[in-house]
Amino acid sequence: MSFEEPKIACFVCNWVFGEEELATSRVRKAANVNVVRVMCIGRIDPVIVLQTFMKGADGVLLVGCAPPDCHFVEGNVYAELTVNVLKKLLVLTNLEPERLELRWVSPIEEVRFAKIIKDFTEQLGKLGPSPLAREKRDVNILENVLAAKNAVTNFRLRALIGKEKELTKSVNAYGERVSCEEFNALLDEVVEEEFIRHKLLLAMKKPFSVKELAKALNMKPAVVLRHIVNMRRKGMIALDSVEGTTPLYKAVEVR
Amino acid sequence: MKDKVGAVLVVGGGIAGIQAALDLADSGFRVYVVEDTPSIGGTMTQLDKTFPTNDCAMCILAPKLVGAGRHANIHLITNAEIRKVEGEAGNFKVTVTRRARYVDSEKCTGCGVCAQECPVEAIDEYDEGLNRRSAIFVKYLQAVPSTFIIDREKCIGCGTCQEVCRADAVRYEDKDEHVELNVGAIILAPGFEEYNPSLKSEYGYGRYPNIVSSIEFERILSATGPYSGVVLRPSDGKIPKKIAFIQCVGSRDETTGNTYCSSACCMYGIKEAVIAQEHTPGVECTIFFMDIRAYGKEFDAYYNRAKEEYKVRFVRSRIPKVEEVPGSRNLLVRYVAEGELKEEEFGLVVLSVGMRPPKYAKELAEILGIKLNKYNFCSTNTFSPLGTSRHGIYVCGAFAGPKDIPESVAQASGAAAEAASIIASERGKLATVKKLPPEKDVSGEKPRVGVFVCHCGINIGGTVNVPEVVEYAKTLPDVVYAEHNLYTCSEDTQKRIREKIEEFNLNRVIVASCTPRTHEPLFRETVREAGLNPYLFEMTNIRDQCSWVHIREPKKATEKAKDLVRSIVAKARLLRPLKKPTVNVIPAGLIIGGGIVGMTAALELARQGFEVHVVEKEKELGGHLRTLHYLLEGEDPKEQLSKTVKQVMENDKIHVYLGAQVVDVSGFVGNFKSKIMFNGEEKEIEHGIIIVATGAVEYKPTEYLYGLDLRVLTQHELEEKISKEEFKAEKVVMIQCVGARTKERPNCSRICCGQAIKNALKIKEVRPETDVYILYKDVRSYGFKEDYYRKAAEKGVLFINYDDERKPQATNENAKLKIKFWEPVIKTEVEIEPNLLILSAATIPNPDNKQLSEMLKVPLTKGGFFLEAHMKLRPVDFATDGVFLCGMAHSPKYIDESIAQACAASARAATILSKKALEMEGIVANVDEDLCSGCRICESLCPYSAIEMKEQTEEKRVAHVIEALCKGCGVCGTACPTKAVTMGHFTTDEIMAQVKATLVEEIKA
Repeated sequence: MSFEEPKIACFVCNWVFGEEELATSRVRKAANVNVVRVMCIGRIDPVIVLQTFMKGADGVLLVGCAPPDCHFVEGNVYAELTVNVLKKLLVLTNLEPERLELRWVSPIEEVRFAKIIKDFTEQLGKLGPSPLAREKRDVNILENVLAAKNAVTNFRLRALIGKEKELTKSVNAYGERVSCEEFNALLDEVVEEEFIRHKLLLAMKKPFSVKELAKALNMKPAVVLRHIVNMRRKGMIALDSVEGTTPLYKAVEVR
Repeated sequence: MKDKVGAVLVVGGGIAGIQAALDLADSGFRVYVVEDTPSIGGTMTQLDKTFPTNDCAMCILAPKLVGAGRHANIHLITNAEIRKVEGEAGNFKVTVTRRARYVDSEKCTGCGVCAQECPVEAIDEYDEGLNRRSAIFVKYLQAVPSTFIIDREKCIGCGTCQEVCRADAVRYEDKDEHVELNVGAIILAPGFEEYNPSLKSEYGYGRYPNIVSSIEFERILSATGPYSGVVLRPSDGKIPKKIAFIQCVGSRDETTGNTYCSSACCMYGIKEAVIAQEHTPGVECTIFFMDIRAYGKEFDAYYNRAKEEYKVRFVRSRIPKVEEVPGSRNLLVRYVAEGELKEEEFGLVVLSVGMRPPKYAKELAEILGIKLNKYNFCSTNTFSPLGTSRHGIYVCGAFAGPKDIPESVAQASGAAAEAASIIASERGKLATVKKLPPEKDVSGEKPRVGVFVCHCGINIGGTVNVPEVVEYAKTLPDVVYAEHNLYTCSEDTQKRIREKIEEFNLNRVIVASCTPRTHEPLFRETVREAGLNPYLFEMTNIRDQCSWVHIREPKKATEKAKDLVRSIVAKARLLRPLKKPTVNVIPAGLIIGGGIVGMTAALELARQGFEVHVVEKEKELGGHLRTLHYLLEGEDPKEQLSKTVKQVMENDKIHVYLGAQVVDVSGFVGNFKSKIMFNGEEKEIEHGIIIVATGAVEYKPTEYLYGLDLRVLTQHELEEKISKEEFKAEKVVMIQCVGARTKERPNCSRICCGQAIKNALKIKEVRPETDVYILYKDVRSYGFKEDYYRKAAEKGVLFINYDDERKPQATNENAKLKIKFWEPVIKTEVEIEPNLLILSAATIPNPDNKQLSEMLKVPLTKGGFFLEAHMKLRPVDFATDGVFLCGMAHSPKYIDESIAQACAASARAATILSKKALEMEGIVANVDEDLCSGCRICESLCPYSAIEMKEQTEEKRVAHVIEALCKGCGVCGTACPTKAVTMGHFTTDEIMAQVKATLVEEIKA
């Protein structure tokens, strides 16, 4: 099923199009496309993107200046790294990563905004409406996206996104360059860990056993236990009680 | 030869290395400890509890770690390895590589913020892979040094730790560094490595998640471990109902090449089962074993308790294979019991893994030029258990063969003595002595209190509002200065405290931070350096009692911190300076007992330059060793005995009294006066220490026709017979555990299995056609002795198990000696007619022990052996300062073990004898003689015999505190009916001031 008017949230860099282009482009007036102007596409916090999905956007489109041009030196590069992490997270949330797109527009190229919107609309058309945009929202996916949002709110992922460029393009603290493959492998690992931990945290608002958590999250109990051990060490969760031979854990409320 | 150097290198910072370092540093030598990992403490830091006392391992170890960490004469070189050794005994040049740590140990305060923010995680080796840590980490919570380290393999160099470190301690540019050390002797204590159980693939370790190794299980049991002390199955986080322990994994196993016994696994297996029960009541523990080798002091009593109180089930069976049950992920263990094949499901299986030599043993041996044995443990021999093949290099702990903690500690002290004897002439030359300013007289001054409140990074400051506490402190009476510090214990804060004492003319100082147990000595030292009496310092713990317990209630935590500060200020205003009493030390030792143990201790002390008096009740030196003709390992005991006796007799510093007896001992550490009966006269000796080396005796059996039938002999009598070439029997039966492991004497005599194997092998040597049957309960040929057990079996010696329900029976019918016993394999009663029946008679305490223990005021065990200060970490000390024990007076043991203890006792003694005067603790009891009624209640209550009655006037006797013995507990003061006893630093007024200050405010609120 394809659908014609997906709800698109479009974040556009202030400098990528002339006023004229945006003004004359009819798409701006199209009811299904919301354009939000930002100073630089590098401003788009991953949290904003995920929240946008939670609010029911079928797609999120980021439009920025094509490298190497950026009004703010390299905000666009940063946006690319953010989108890379967001896509990894979207895969885990079961929301199609194709719902998020970052498009470059070069000031010297004749790319029409309308064309970008058209292409993205087609792309979304193939996917159908977002499970979070339907009348009856998919609560599992909603919770997943919430967990993803919490994960990117946290220091660990943000620090990695923030450092990626420096480490892979320049040199690290030891004066060595970290290869992109190595960094990407670490990102994969951390994204998954943080996503799972935040999913567990959301689930554990009330006491849960390892087995129940494993079932609810469709994970191996041994893996759940490993995360619980780690999260206990970090003070994120605590043992709530023991029922028979089954310990129950609960998230520690952050003061 | 080059000049000797008064310094020692200790390789390895586990419990053995630490003990050796402390003993040497305390007797006037400089010590370098080179440790491979980032922090000292070794395997013991990973253990939950320890047998047979069930003490928490970390709790008893931590004071030693801290002691080593802050000792002026111990230099810890961690994350380092030795590269080159040149020179000879007395003067070695050692090259050490200190690997880059990337964190400056001078600056790092151990706050842990870096680890919290580090985005990279790695497997936590300390938790045996059951948890994860950051790429910047500290090995364990109480690590010494507490300096963090970056795991360079994992670190991506993101720079976060450097950004968040407020102490500016991260150094990415750090490089490996070569350090040259000049030392007179080297002690090796590199420990062991656990056998990797995945090599025994039949057990499925690594494939099945619910099979864990014993060291992983220690972490699982530990409150600081991955599961916070609740036993869980790694597969699903459930508490198992049934746990199986499989013994001898990687030990006594030809398929693994480790044919030796790892010595400690039976006991740690039993302990783990017992502790699992304590943590998870109702869990059923089963131990599958070949022999239970509970051979150490009081170990059998522990084994019996495990069976009876904790209902641990013991099954004698070697497990061929373990399989996983699909679905439940339970484990199916098949075993043979009572001749039948059985199978049983368990929720968790623990593999009791053996000890292997450290993985770099060969490399180490090459660098050091020392020999290893065939298993790559360090090669030693019976009469030189601590010596390596290179003079000046000594060994202790598990590297000299698998062993448990007390044996390692004894060997460590022993190795310290051996090392010290090489460089005794250099004592004190490289040791640091601090110069202190004179103490200010603050009497008559109004109290001027300074309060220093610690953030401890975020440890306290993250919960308690520290600046608010400081502002509050300023409002308290007599507080003239208060400030907060990021880390009050850091070196620069010490300087600051000294400056503030000067600037504000403080005469009382308070630190509100962590526990006085670890940090009070440091702060006392600081105020003393500023010219204040150390007892004008007080401390309150706002970490454990506020930020830790009220971690989620910052307001309450802050309020409580204020309460504690108010309370301690109230006390501090009343503090008075105390004097640390000093006692002079007479640099001579008294050794009671002139066997091989007493002689060894005497020689060690004499080599270290001290006078020694050896009192032997027999007319001849040598003791028990005189009855031995050959040894299991092949050395000649006779030759060694005469050599040792000669050395003792020729040493001018050693005074031997034969046929003599100690009849009276008075005085205290450093200043003993003893009377000995010698040649019909009473002679008085003055000495600083006492070593008890009175040995033990052989039990005279009343069982199995002994004494009634001349064909029934003890092992000693058999040895005598063989050595006189009078042995011609065709058939010999030996019965083990005669008089040992019984109701009256529940403990094992340790040496009889080795004796029986020794004699059986000798019989097979002199008369190979003789049939030898050994009826045993468990064959306890631990360590490398296992090889001789196997050899005996190969030579055709028959080992037949019996238990208490079916003991063998000896009868004499018509002059025929008959032995009837149950053969458990073929399940029949067997009767044989041997020519000789040999009884492995127990080793029992010397009957003199009781009298001696009363004279020395030291305790005995229930069984009548002497009882040391602490079974685990103080194996040769008595609780009474200045009195030590070694050899069989402690418990039955082999010669090499006795010699190690003799050396250990002399090293411990040297920590006292090497000092001109001893400085004692200043917190002691004081008696107001006018108030004292002479009732003697305090005298009877004092656990240290520190109170004696002295004559005040002709009709009045009053209590007098021997300050050198007083430990300041205050029991006497509490009990005194006339309130004549006051306790320094804990006076009733001081305590009440604290109480009032705490309660009054609360009532107001």
